[in-house]
Amino acid sequence: MSDSQIPSRGPLPEPLEVSQIPPSELAPEVKPEEESRSSALLREITTSNALLSVLAVVLALVAGAILIAFTDEDVQASAGYFFSRPSDLLTAAWEAVSGAYSSLFQGAIYNFRADNFQAGIRPLTETLTFATPLIAAGLGVALSFRVGLFNIGARGQMLVASAAAGYVGFAWELPTGIHLIVAVLAGILAGALWGGIVGLLKARTGAHEVIVTIMLNYIAFYLISFMLRTPGLLQAPGSNNPKSPAMLPTAVLPDLLGPRYNLHLGFLVVLVATVYVWYLLNRSSLGFQFRAVGENPNAARVAGIKVKNMYLYAMLLAGGLAGLAGVNQVLGTVTTGFSSGIDAGIGFDAITVALLGGSTPWGVFFAGILFGAFKAGGFAMQAGQGIPIDIIVVVQSLIVLFIAAPPLVRSVFHLPAPGTKRRSGRGKSGKSGTGTSAKPTKSAKAVNQ
Amino acid sequence: MTTVTHTPHSTPEPLEIVRAKSWKVPITLGVFVVIAILLFVVLGRDGTSLFRLSTAADVIQIPEIPIPTREACAVIVVLLAILAALSAYLVQSGRRVPIALIAGFALLFLLAFLIWASAGATLPVTALLVGTIGLSVPLIFGALGGVLSERVGVVNIAIEGQLLAGAFTSAIIASVTGQPLLGLVGAMVAGTLVSFVLAAFSIKYIVDQTIVGVVLNVLVLGLTNFFYSKVLSPNAELLNSPPRFERINIPVLSQIPIIGPVLFRQTIIVYLMYIAVAAVYFALFHTKWGLRVRSVGEHPQAADTVGINVNGTRFWTVSLAGALAGLGGAFLTLGSVGAFNKEMTAGAGFIALAAVIFGRWDPIRATFAALLFGFASNLQNVLGIIGSPVPSEFMLMLPYLVTIFAVAGVVGQVRGPAAAGKPYIKS
Repeated sequence: MSDSQIPSRGPLPEPLEVSQIPPSELAPEVKPEEESRSSALLREITTSNALLSVLAVVLALVAGAILIAFTDEDVQASAGYFFSRPSDLLTAAWEAVSGAYSSLFQGAIYNFRADNFQAGIRPLTETLTFATPLIAAGLGVALSFRVGLFNIGARGQMLVASAAAGYVGFAWELPTGIHLIVAVLAGILAGALWGGIVGLLKARTGAHEVIVTIMLNYIAFYLISFMLRTPGLLQAPGSNNPKSPAMLPTAVLPDLLGPRYNLHLGFLVVLVATVYVWYLLNRSSLGFQFRAVGENPNAARVAGIKVKNMYLYAMLLAGGLAGLAGVNQVLGTVTTGFSSGIDAGIGFDAITVALLGGSTPWGVFFAGILFGAFKAGGFAMQAGQGIPIDIIVVVQSLIVLFIAAPPLVRSVFHLPAPGTKRRSGRGKSGKSGTGTSAKPTKSAKAVNQ
Repeated sequence: MTTVTHTPHSTPEPLEIVRAKSWKVPITLGVFVVIAILLFVVLGRDGTSLFRLSTAADVIQIPEIPIPTREACAVIVVLLAILAALSAYLVQSGRRVPIALIAGFALLFLLAFLIWASAGATLPVTALLVGTIGLSVPLIFGALGGVLSERVGVVNIAIEGQLLAGAFTSAIIASVTGQPLLGLVGAMVAGTLVSFVLAAFSIKYIVDQTIVGVVLNVLVLGLTNFFYSKVLSPNAELLNSPPRFERINIPVLSQIPIIGPVLFRQTIIVYLMYIAVAAVYFALFHTKWGLRVRSVGEHPQAADTVGINVNGTRFWTVSLAGALAGLGGAFLTLGSVGAFNKEMTAGAGFIALAAVIFGRWDPIRATFAALLFGFASNLQNVLGIIGSPVPSEFMLMLPYLVTIFAVAGVVGQVRGPAAAGKPYIKS
């Protein structure tokens, strides 16, 4: 057992690294971008992140197509006589894949079979509706990533927020306008408190945030389940189902584009939240401190930043943003009463959204819309083509994997690697970064092959 | 916790005498004493609790033990208060609270809870413990996989994915071949494949390991759900009806009261689990290979300078870890449930991850942490049958609450392998 004590020497900081890293390394992400802008146009295009992102999506869709084709019954049938008539197999595969992806597109963006534009554009508004909670929760997760906290607790934060906002929404009778605001604030506050527990425990006791968030997810789930089946708490009166009553009309987020569409005010709220998080991270003193702690907590501590407080504030904000996602669910999407599955997997999708968005506010915003489109289209594909919506999950995770590994995508498409200038600049900090590095895709980009 | 304990004391330094008094343990224990007083005294229950220690199949039958509920609870609460006061005294006088005291406190609290909850009923202790093993096996295998890969410096969030892949593959292979042993091999291969992806992305492409892990979980979940809906459930007879392992009674040992039925009337996967725990512990701490693995996880540069192939060691150790986690998945289909279901791991991989950190990256401690989770889940099942005074949701919440208390109050700032999560780039 004596050997086993090697790694438990105690939480020694790494003093060498602190002194090795100059203060300019604290916010290094601006400089390398500018350098690459001076290179040739073609090189710019072939090595740009936008192209890589598009190619990553293409690769993931190809992988999804292969899965769809392999599991299609017509394809399997025609594979039985492949050598006598190979064209049948190809036709069947093409039909399966094109049918799937065209219904995905029509379910997510524009329905060509609709009679008029108003009906045709409905899928796009559905996409935005699905994207709304994804963006909100994704912002929360991304914010905590930037502080170096690996927060997987969006699910629990959403559940608690749903319960709080929902309770205010159906139980309190307040005037129009005020009711909605109070309900939204109650939800955000509840989510912030639930996230704040994590920050507090991390700051005061050093408890590992991964464990605490996982545990709080389960605790929130069972707590909500209990409240939903207990009369007088959240359960609808006169019902035996674990489900809450419907929201009062005064607490429901109003429709943005009229009753034809499901898109509600929540989308605008989330847009404002995105701008706020952008402002917070990039323009405010608090955001600078957040990023400094995320890049290197030891250096931040030396620089006089109260690291522990940053953990607490970041988790409060992250919880509030995830809470906003929960609010959107109960007051916007499912207003007829909620059950314990109200989070609908958004809490975990938020992690992938944050990763895909590179933990930047606008990146999360567009990643959320992309995932919202996949979700809206996935339901259409499931209904129309009988392809399980789980294929969407596969495609989404592949996209994140490919985007995180630019060298892989480059080698698949035989693209040139970008110049070695960036390598020396960022390689060092990539090595010394923490395991839960805030800007994962950046550090991965740093060491181009 | 173990901040300054084993610095050599050859030359006494004045700095060593000054120690920060940590009041976390006494405060945590105090909170639990208050809970105990509220629950067991204020809300005390009358009656007699019967503890049944034997099963019908036992050769040696132990009579059921009757315990007067209120009196026993009162005695234990007093003992708990004494232990909490003792810990406060130890901290006050500048000494460390021994882990045995905390463990004793936890056991007493548990005993009081069992007595309190089973007032006026019979608690089948053996069934409680047998179920505990059953629920813990996937957690233990997952935790072993987690310990191995984190010790070599690769953060393994993908345990959930490895478990799920193992469960899925073992169900299909065992169904098609009719050989559960082949299913076991298939599960190991599947877990290894998930690990290959984790290793390739985190070692070759230097993607943040946590990201790869999270994404792999989602990917495996999506793939297994997709194939389940599209392929497995239409052909359930052919593809998803694996034969289950039979229980093997070990002669003599299985006749020991309590221990026998719990530990030695199990399936082959459980026996493999015993071997795996011992093997991982021995290999990590008593072999040359283990020393290399730990050195790569602690200080890859140093390991490289003495000629250890850092990335190669990482790759193969992570693969081995995946194989172990895959075995845990196989237990779900071939040992307990008997068929693959969508999302059947239900977060077990994350619990295993918590067990790894809770167990401070030590295979034995992680195993005990996993057993604790298994026990708490099964306690809820058993108390649900005999009529629990606590709403079932709170019982289900219990393991997670206890973990938070333990992590925040007792374990505190744990430190994993120093280089875990950091890619090694040879310069």
